[in-house]
Amino acid sequence: MANVQAGVPPTEKALEAERAGARPRSDLSRQRLRSAWLFLAPMLLVLALVAGWPLLKTIWFSLTNASLSNLEGADFVGLRNYWEYVDYGDGEGEYFGLLFDPQWWNAVWNTVYYSVISVAIETVLGLVFALVLNAEFKGRAFVRAAVLIPWAIPTIVSAKMWAWMMNDQFGILNDMLMAIGIISSPIAWTADPDTAMWAVIIVDVWKTTPFMALLILAGLQMVPGDVYEAAKIDGIHPVKVFFKVTLPLIRPAILVAVIFRALDALRVFDLIYVLTPNNTQTKSMSVFAQENLFQFDKFAYGSAASTLLFLVIAFITLFYIKVARLDLGGRGS
Amino acid sequence: MRLRKMAAVLAAGVLFSGAASAEELALVAGSIGKDISELRMQLDAFEKESGHTVKIVEMPASTTDQFGQYRLWLSAGNQDVDVYRTDVIWAPQLASSFVDLSGPLAEEAKKQNPSVIQSQTVDGKLVAFPMYTDAPALYYRTDLLEKYGKEPPKTWKELTDTAKEIQDKEREAGNSQMNGFVFQGAPYEGLTCDGLEWIASNGGGQIVSPEGDITINNPKAAEAIEMAKGWVGTIAPEGVLSYKEEESRGVWQTGNAVFMRNWPYAYALSNGDDSAVKGKFDVAPLPAGEGGKSAACLGGWNLAVSKYSQHQEAAIALVKFLGSEKAQKERAMNTARLPTVPELYDDPDIAKAQPIVAAWGEVVENAVPRPSAPTKKQYNEVSKEFWTAVNETLSGRGSAADNLDKLEKRLRRLKRSAWE
Repeated sequence: MANVQAGVPPTEKALEAERAGARPRSDLSRQRLRSAWLFLAPMLLVLALVAGWPLLKTIWFSLTNASLSNLEGADFVGLRNYWEYVDYGDGEGEYFGLLFDPQWWNAVWNTVYYSVISVAIETVLGLVFALVLNAEFKGRAFVRAAVLIPWAIPTIVSAKMWAWMMNDQFGILNDMLMAIGIISSPIAWTADPDTAMWAVIIVDVWKTTPFMALLILAGLQMVPGDVYEAAKIDGIHPVKVFFKVTLPLIRPAILVAVIFRALDALRVFDLIYVLTPNNTQTKSMSVFAQENLFQFDKFAYGSAASTLLFLVIAFITLFYIKVARLDLGGRGS
Repeated sequence: MRLRKMAAVLAAGVLFSGAASAEELALVAGSIGKDISELRMQLDAFEKESGHTVKIVEMPASTTDQFGQYRLWLSAGNQDVDVYRTDVIWAPQLASSFVDLSGPLAEEAKKQNPSVIQSQTVDGKLVAFPMYTDAPALYYRTDLLEKYGKEPPKTWKELTDTAKEIQDKEREAGNSQMNGFVFQGAPYEGLTCDGLEWIASNGGGQIVSPEGDITINNPKAAEAIEMAKGWVGTIAPEGVLSYKEEESRGVWQTGNAVFMRNWPYAYALSNGDDSAVKGKFDVAPLPAGEGGKSAACLGGWNLAVSKYSQHQEAAIALVKFLGSEKAQKERAMNTARLPTVPELYDDPDIAKAQPIVAAWGEVVENAVPRPSAPTKKQYNEVSKEFWTAVNETLSGRGSAADNLDKLEKRLRRLKRSAWE
């Protein structure tokens, strides 16, 4: 251990010892550690202020009987907002609380359903877009910029715009579909329980496919050109090249893009709130929380929903990362 | 030193008094029909009279959307908005955030319809001052009814039959866009009104009785909702399940509906120069169920002064101005908004400009209130459960009887031992 001296770069061994949890001995590594913390401190502080504190506060409120008009005077009630058994006597009773609220579980189901389907479609479409945008053709720069327009429009605006396009009487969508003879009578896109969720998914796909395409395109541009040249010389079929060369190489980019999108999709609020307000078929977890927080004067209950929403998203994300990593590791060996 | 101090105090005094005599107020209101432009006209008059300036903060038309935003602002102690235009059902829920108007507007309140004042009073506190009241009408096309030799319907059954016959014949004649009946079927507060009317006019009660008992699960109520379910896709377009007031008026005012259920504001607009139904329609009280009595849901908007406002005195003056007999008369004549001053129903000028107002005195008198008083702060959730059950039935998810049964259970869970 004495071979680690001040001024000498830490050896493999020393670093390993450090990783294993041994106390760093050298001044340099101590200094490095200090400066690392120093550089990280502002970010950690800001994160604690804008993310950590509100989160803790929300969890606290979910354990109280807070209402919007009485936030300060809230009393601690334990887990009553999540789980409560009310005994009516004579062996009769009923469970209350978020965990026994079918409307909450309906919102969870809606959100997961929406997220899985929309992110899956967006990933496939985004990949196709990225491949097209990666190819050489005239006016590529213009097309690349044009594709981004839906992503640049605020969600509220695009949701309202689509709501008019999907209007059953005056909407252009029905008009076009009827003109080419696909449907014979207008469809009430946002009102019909069978199509409401699909209306939301269509708008979301329209809006966020460019985002996926952009992230995947960045991945595609990292793939060195000589790989393709080698494949070409070997006379390998382009489809095989795509599955055996391109896809494995841009896999990390796709995985990152999917996780970004999935996090966004699981928190979806504005699109659903504007396009299909109050529809039980499309109500997401965030909409459920907002409704309880602000419409129903059940701030504590809404906070409990927000806390569970956080936990659900955290769980899904951790699960996804774990699965994706395992896969990546297996591929290397 | 002394002189300088005195000068500073003087200067501050001048500045302060200057600010007090001409203040900047903000009034927030939802935008429906011509309400905002009408309001702007009246605010201009107020500005001239008082020297204050008033800015309108425009909100979406849906009362449900407005409420969520207002609650957020009020709980955050927002000082940017001084006057809120509030729905008749909000008083118990927002009472703690508004100034008591019963003292400063005591004289004015005496001129108003006592039941409206009553509806805005919570534990002796006048939470909001009435601006106008609302009671819906059945709009019908006089030209089409005449063409097919029909009378304005007195019962829902008659309405269904008439609407079906005229719609089918008009469609056969090449008018493929024609619909029999449009109403507000979207899941929001408006559907609570529509649903309450169907049920109450069929003898099915008022969802929750004035004493707070949950009465919704009864065969009469189920029958009324089943009847409405039968309209969707036959005499009403499927899209009616996402229509609010303005969407239904859109279909009606382009000449594509025989009947419409809507508030009186649509009367003035349907008679506008850009309206396809101008001079071709009239209004009647809503139909009733077999053996029932026509029921109109009591609506209406009021003005409340935020307790966080920095300009409360000027704000109260503004409320007084907009709620005055003069302003109410102007509003009735221009936009057919129903006054809350009873004398105005006999006013010959209004009767001439907007016949619906003069004819609506009795409808207002007998209007059915939503159960916002007995359910107190839980009203919004009660209303949501109700409109959800109705909307789900209308869209074909479960029968009315089953959904009302579920609704009753949910309401009982909400209420537990008592509404709070």
